[in-house]
Amino acid sequence: MPEETDMLRETATRVFADHFAPRDLGAVEAGHWPQAGWAAVEDAGLTRALVPEEAGGYGVDPAEALSILRAAGGAAVPLPLAETMMASWLLAQAGLAIPDGTLSVAPVLPGDSLFATRDGDGWRITGTASRIPWGRSVGAIAVLAEGPDGMVVAMVPSGGWTVTISTNLAREPRDRLTFDAVVPRAAVGATEVDAAQLQRLGAAARCQQMSGAMDHILALTLQYALDRKQFGKPIGKFQAVQQNLAIMASQTAAASAAADLAAEAVGHGMGITPIAAAKVRCGEAAGTVASLGHAVHGAIGFTYEHSLHYFTKRLWSWRDEFGGETEWALLLGRAAAERGPERFWADMTTL
Amino acid sequence: MNAITFPKPPPSPEAEILRAEVREFLHTELAGRDARSKAESWSGHDAEFSRKLGAKGWIGMTWPKQYGGHERSALERYVVMEETLAAGAPVSLHWVADRQSGVQILKIGTEEQKQKILPKIAAGECCFCIGMSEPDSGSDLASTRTKATRVQGGWLVNGTKLWTSSAHLADYMILFCRTGSVDSTDRHAGTTQFLVDMKTTTGMQIRPVYALSGAHHFNEVVFTDAFLPEDALLGTEGAGWKQVTGELAFERSGPERFLSTFGLVVELMRVLGRDPSERAAIALGRLQAHFITLRRMSRSISGMLQQGLEPANHAAMVKDLGTTLEQEIPEIARTLITNEPTAETTEDFLAVLAHSMLHAPSFSLRGGTREILRGMIARGLGLR
Ligand SMILES: Cc1cc2nc3c(=O)[nH]c(=O)nc-3n(C[C@H](O)[C@H](O)[C@H](O)COP(=O)(O)OP(=O)(O)OC[C@H]3O[C@@H](n4cnc5c(N)ncnc54)[C@H](O)[C@@H]3O)c2cc1C
Repeated sequence: MPEETDMLRETATRVFADHFAPRDLGAVEAGHWPQAGWAAVEDAGLTRALVPEEAGGYGVDPAEALSILRAAGGAAVPLPLAETMMASWLLAQAGLAIPDGTLSVAPVLPGDSLFATRDGDGWRITGTASRIPWGRSVGAIAVLAEGPDGMVVAMVPSGGWTVTISTNLAREPRDRLTFDAVVPRAAVGATEVDAAQLQRLGAAARCQQMSGAMDHILALTLQYALDRKQFGKPIGKFQAVQQNLAIMASQTAAASAAADLAAEAVGHGMGITPIAAAKVRCGEAAGTVASLGHAVHGAIGFTYEHSLHYFTKRLWSWRDEFGGETEWALLLGRAAAERGPERFWADMTTL
Repeated sequence: MNAITFPKPPPSPEAEILRAEVREFLHTELAGRDARSKAESWSGHDAEFSRKLGAKGWIGMTWPKQYGGHERSALERYVVMEETLAAGAPVSLHWVADRQSGVQILKIGTEEQKQKILPKIAAGECCFCIGMSEPDSGSDLASTRTKATRVQGGWLVNGTKLWTSSAHLADYMILFCRTGSVDSTDRHAGTTQFLVDMKTTTGMQIRPVYALSGAHHFNEVVFTDAFLPEDALLGTEGAGWKQVTGELAFERSGPERFLSTFGLVVELMRVLGRDPSERAAIALGRLQAHFITLRRMSRSISGMLQQGLEPANHAAMVKDLGTTLEQEIPEIARTLITNEPTAETTEDFLAVLAHSMLHAPSFSLRGGTREILRGMIARGLGLR
């Protein structure tokens, strides 16, 4: 099994390295769509990694599939890859066909609801959802909607919504979409998945991406500390700088362990505790790693020209997406208090 | 071994079966203990408890049966460690021996030393102390000045060890000292480890050093022409540095490095009740996220030990992250309950809070300071 994980992640790493140099990241932020990069990602089959075998996927363990996103985070891949993987998973769960091309999911905020009502032979999808990742760019969205008889998933192609542009700190599209679409019957399926589960999958995905971004920031910062000279020697020879890098390394390691816990949970009933814990822990590590990464880089790391910001800005955004530390910690804390002190330890040992 | 990656701990169904057994045992054995004494964590001393744990086969678990061990896995041993800590069991009599001294003897001891000492440790009847630090040699362990000089039939030791936890209770000390003269080209050369019999050695004086709480945990141990017989030599003369760094890796690798104030969280939960304020719930949830992550990392280390690896840098990371959490816990707990702990308090939460506050500073000192651990991690990164 580990070999497979490595293979999948190695393939992903190679594709990302070929297509996403810092120069390409800047072009995307300027509004260019990286078509060649997307095509390579899709050709490598990465977008289908979370799809179960019976729905046309490769049957890889979800934890392995999600490790692609660690590599993606490590390259700041400016594509809706996590979102396409999640949407494909959601469509497959509802027994729907998965289209080629870029996908996203909606809604992503706990307060937002979308609705499905019957419309002749098909369905009408309505409602407004904010902060939809890559809303303006994707070919279709897997919508989780409240239907007359429970939750449904609807595959809504672009054109089925209007866009109010919004972006996160990393300049990734996070748009407000107002849906008004009529889709055929075959594009809608009942689902067991609810908004909370979708939120958890999103959180697990962002944990992997954050973990990858931290890996990269640590590597960049380490190299910089070896290269940059002041007072006649590499700054990495100064103990204060060494201690900062040690803290970054420990926080990065903790985030990686936590993100793995969340990824494993995805394949095992989407348990709330490991995923919530991971989002809290990765979010906290993200703040420290970004801050120390900038500290060690000095002014050059504060420039647009240097590539550090592509990663730190993503951390600042991703830690809030699909629930920030406060929301998840509140959930965890309430659940723990409810179950009581006598079960606190025992519950943790079941993870 | 990439220091940033903590591999998934291998599954161990037998460890989970054992867990239920350990819990049941602890439930019975600790029934009468109050919250304050549970807060002693791995500093709590109880000879009868250690003997019972030994009789269960839960000390020296991974060692060969011929030396009183039980040939069980590192993951099973981990379950016993974490369950005893989480329950606040008084484990200090056997803890150091089980964690590092016995392991060291098994690794480098003579057949005679192994046969004589290991079965006693496994029975929970043999307490060890660590003779590393000195008045002028703390973080810089290689600067040890205590000196063993060869004499007819053995060695004479002169010098002072300081901060020696449990020296007043221990049966043995593993002493780290100088046997050769100081070598200006290799400061690690000329050091050696010895097994000191704490009950029979003459020329040795043990004086209590009281901790800021007033408690007696550690000591000063003064050697004045203390005679050690030939067979007190542990391992190889002159190989002390290599040996002691191996021993330190074991000292740092366990769950006691993040569970020292776990009992305070349990007491905090008791006073917060089932429906805490939003602020308290958020703080509690955050602590849980840290525990879950550290436990994962610590079990990962246990899996690496099982494979025969020596994950010293991983252990340094877990100890640094873990002691930071242990120290944060009283600071957070006190902000959630507006009641001041007093020395006389009998309320469980406040008593445990007081105890945790008065012991927290030591967490990031004992077993290697935070700065020293971070220095090790930086070396692992290639910066030193
Ligand atoms: C409760 C407790 C129990 C203990 N039990 C034992 C025991 O059983 N046996 C035993 O041998 N020892 C024991 N110790 C001693 C412990 O190992 C030492 O306290 C520790 O190694 C630090 O040494 P020191 O106290 O002399 O501090 P120092 O080494 O003097 O350090 C003081 C400060 O300077 C910093 N510092 C030192 N060198 C450096 C450096 N190179 N770079 C950056 N910063 C540096 C330290 O991090 C620390 O902040 C115990 C300590 C405590 C608190």
